[in-house]
Amino acid sequence: MGDMFRSEQMALCQMFIQPEAAYTSVSELGETGCVQFRDLNSNVNAFQRKFVTEVRRCDELERKIRYIETEIKKDGIALPDIQDDIPRAPNPREIIDLEAHLEKTETEMIELAQNEVNMKSNYLELTELRKVLENTQGFFSDQEVLNLDSSNRGGAAGVDEATAQHRGRLGFVAGVINRERVFGFERMLWRISRGNVFLKRSDLDDPLNDPATGHPIYKTVFVAFFQGEQLKNRIKKVCTGFHASLYPCPSSHNEREEMVTNVRTRLEDLKLVLSQTEDHRSRVLATVSKNLPSWSIMVKKMKAIYHTLNLFNMDVTKKCLIGECWVPTKDLPIVQKALSDGSAAVGSTIPSFLNVIDTNEQPPTFNRTNKFTRGFQNLIDAYGIASYRECNPALYTCITFPFLFAIMFGDMGHGLILVLFGAWMVLSEKKLARIRNGGEIWNIFFGGRYIILLMGLFSCYTGFIYNDVFSKSMNIFGSRWVNNYNTSTVLSNPSLQFPPRTSSKGIYPLGLDPIWQMADNKIIFLNSFKMKLSIIIGVLHMVFGVCMSVCNFVHFKRYSSIFLEFVPQILFLLLLFGYMVFMMFFKWIKYTTFTDFQEETAGCAPSVLIMFINMMLFKNTPPPAGCKEFMFEAQPGLQKVFVIIGLICIPWMLLGKPLYIKFTRKNTAHGETPLPTGSSGHDESAGGGHSHDDEPMSEIYIHQAIHTIEYVLSTISHTASYLRLWALSLAHAQLSEVLWSMVLSLGLKTTTFTGSIGLFVIFGAWAMFTLAILVMMEGLSAFLHTLRLHWVEFMSKFYEGLGFAFQPFSFKAIVDGEEEE
Amino acid sequence: MNSAWLPPIIITCIWAFIGIICPFFARGPNRGVTQCCLMLTAVTCWLFWLCCYMTQMNPLIGPKLSMNEIMIMAREWGNEIKDSMDVVV
Repeated sequence: MGDMFRSEQMALCQMFIQPEAAYTSVSELGETGCVQFRDLNSNVNAFQRKFVTEVRRCDELERKIRYIETEIKKDGIALPDIQDDIPRAPNPREIIDLEAHLEKTETEMIELAQNEVNMKSNYLELTELRKVLENTQGFFSDQEVLNLDSSNRGGAAGVDEATAQHRGRLGFVAGVINRERVFGFERMLWRISRGNVFLKRSDLDDPLNDPATGHPIYKTVFVAFFQGEQLKNRIKKVCTGFHASLYPCPSSHNEREEMVTNVRTRLEDLKLVLSQTEDHRSRVLATVSKNLPSWSIMVKKMKAIYHTLNLFNMDVTKKCLIGECWVPTKDLPIVQKALSDGSAAVGSTIPSFLNVIDTNEQPPTFNRTNKFTRGFQNLIDAYGIASYRECNPALYTCITFPFLFAIMFGDMGHGLILVLFGAWMVLSEKKLARIRNGGEIWNIFFGGRYIILLMGLFSCYTGFIYNDVFSKSMNIFGSRWVNNYNTSTVLSNPSLQFPPRTSSKGIYPLGLDPIWQMADNKIIFLNSFKMKLSIIIGVLHMVFGVCMSVCNFVHFKRYSSIFLEFVPQILFLLLLFGYMVFMMFFKWIKYTTFTDFQEETAGCAPSVLIMFINMMLFKNTPPPAGCKEFMFEAQPGLQKVFVIIGLICIPWMLLGKPLYIKFTRKNTAHGETPLPTGSSGHDESAGGGHSHDDEPMSEIYIHQAIHTIEYVLSTISHTASYLRLWALSLAHAQLSEVLWSMVLSLGLKTTTFTGSIGLFVIFGAWAMFTLAILVMMEGLSAFLHTLRLHWVEFMSKFYEGLGFAFQPFSFKAIVDGEEEE
Repeated sequence: MNSAWLPPIIITCIWAFIGIICPFFARGPNRGVTQCCLMLTAVTCWLFWLCCYMTQMNPLIGPKLSMNEIMIMAREWGNEIKDSMDVVV
């Protein structure tokens, strides 16, 4: 049995690669994804490794790509998604081309951005000037005022100014300020001028864009009237302090008009240039965006190759790079081929070669999974990675997990919903796999699509057997219970119980008889059935688990453990709990109402649980009159024998192994000189076993005592733990029934016309509760309990889980992993 | 052959076919996994059906039904209430 029975055999290999072929060889290996490299330079600083400069180059390229990506995102251009055509790692010529391209694009982008900022600030100034000119129209309508702004013409105007001043005319400065600063500005002007400055302002309705950040800011146009040179200087200082921009505003109306038209034309020109710049930028970005994802992947691959090359060791004498790696033995030919391809690509005459070396170290655990088994393998690995070459429980989990889930979830209607959901995800998995940003929860559901599909299918089956479709039963084969009361009895009694002797005519062939769904004492009957079912399945599951340990013992050649550990464990479990299962089956067969023997009738059927307790405690309960205490003649004697053997098993488990170890150690010490690799009984210590060579005996005794106590207690506690199969199934059925009788049947019972609208609404509520509570919540709950049953009750009987996972150097994993971030 | 044993025999044969015969026809790279899944499915599903069947073989109690339910049974399932029947009150 190959595939998943146990993890694959791994080989530790040494690779000798020529330096010129190193890059291409590692690129080929990355494409195959079969190899896990070990770090041979772990004591070397990251900055002192051989290929540090190349890694820096890759970092530089990545930085440039990230910058261009942010610019593309800012403009809202969509990046194409590469799914099928993933490019290979670039060869040296392609690397140089890539660097040149990225350099050119980056400088161009930076230049464009700078130009744009400059032009936008120009634009802003001109716009503000225009606003100032337009808004100050109203201020000057009364009289001619002189503009005493010193940034205006000097010379002749200066003379005019001086004379005008002496005539006592008002001067003014005009400008624009942020709206939020206006009040502070006004107060400050009032203070410095002692009330001799008159400020007129008008708010601008549209916000203007700040050139650096692009945020819109609301501004206000103001004109400050004053008298005197000193005041002018003070006002100027206040304006600088409040970041108000001052603009030259001519005093005469004609000059203002001329200026306005001038400014308007300049604004139009500037707008044209700005839009052309934007177009150019978009074009550049659009051309780059087509290639950018593929470049990004190429750079990622390149960086990964150089990081891997840094793990290699440079052998100066042989002038080649040496690397150590773990390879699955089955994949060795693939790795050989990759190495030869790499050498051939460079045209090297000296081939690279691979050497398998022996080792005592524990190899990584590798389970080859396909898309179906991967989900189940993940469930098992979440508990712990299997030790190297121990039996893999994931193979059985493929079926037992959905089965145990279905026992707890058994409802055909809800199962159908799960099937539909799972089938949709499975049938359109190619399309759905491309969704990258679905979120964590979608990833979890999609990753477990086969699990959900199987859980749904098994739930449909168990729902069919439980005869439960949204809490209603189906009568397919004809109910085997008939009514034998006559009319008067029926009409005079509000409820009647059917005695099995006369009313039971046969056995419903496939599933639970549909009459039970209507019965008032349905739960009593079902409890007995489901409890027994849970224990039967639980004991069988645990016996299976204990038997798995034999496979591990045989593989790791620890044959002594079969006799010292497995036999007492299985005897204890089978003789006590397996016997209880036997009692259940026997009780089902023996006690019937169709018999003439009084002790075999239904009234005499003993409780299996009481019989089991009496067996363990060596007690006796007197039976009711006419009945026998035991089910068969040999029962008391047989039970005593079983309990005694079970009790013997306990010291067998406790002392067997430690005494054996003590014995063999003494023999090795006296008989032969101890071999440096340890005693013969403990080889393959790399996998699946504790190395007992250097443990003191007291540790071993304590270890074994803990194991024994754990096992013995766990037989009882885990067996009882399987009763959760009954508990959750009961809860699910009851919730379903409550939802039907309290919600949907109210809608179905209305007789008026408006009842149809009511039914429409009530059905919506019923469907929503069904999905939210019964499918989602109960489904998650049953999933969790099944997982616990597998992890604790099943796997604690044989699983070690002390391995580490195989993480191959694979481009696919790297590219996928980075895309998920 | 007693016709009462027919349904269980048929059902057991179906699951035996799925669990014992079908694994021989498994092909492909996942042969081992398919065989294991088929066998486990057959065993678990057959066991589940068996427990349900055996519970109902010798029922120790009968269903308790209300008057309405008995009358509906009579109408829908052809289980006529006659006047002269075993009165087993």
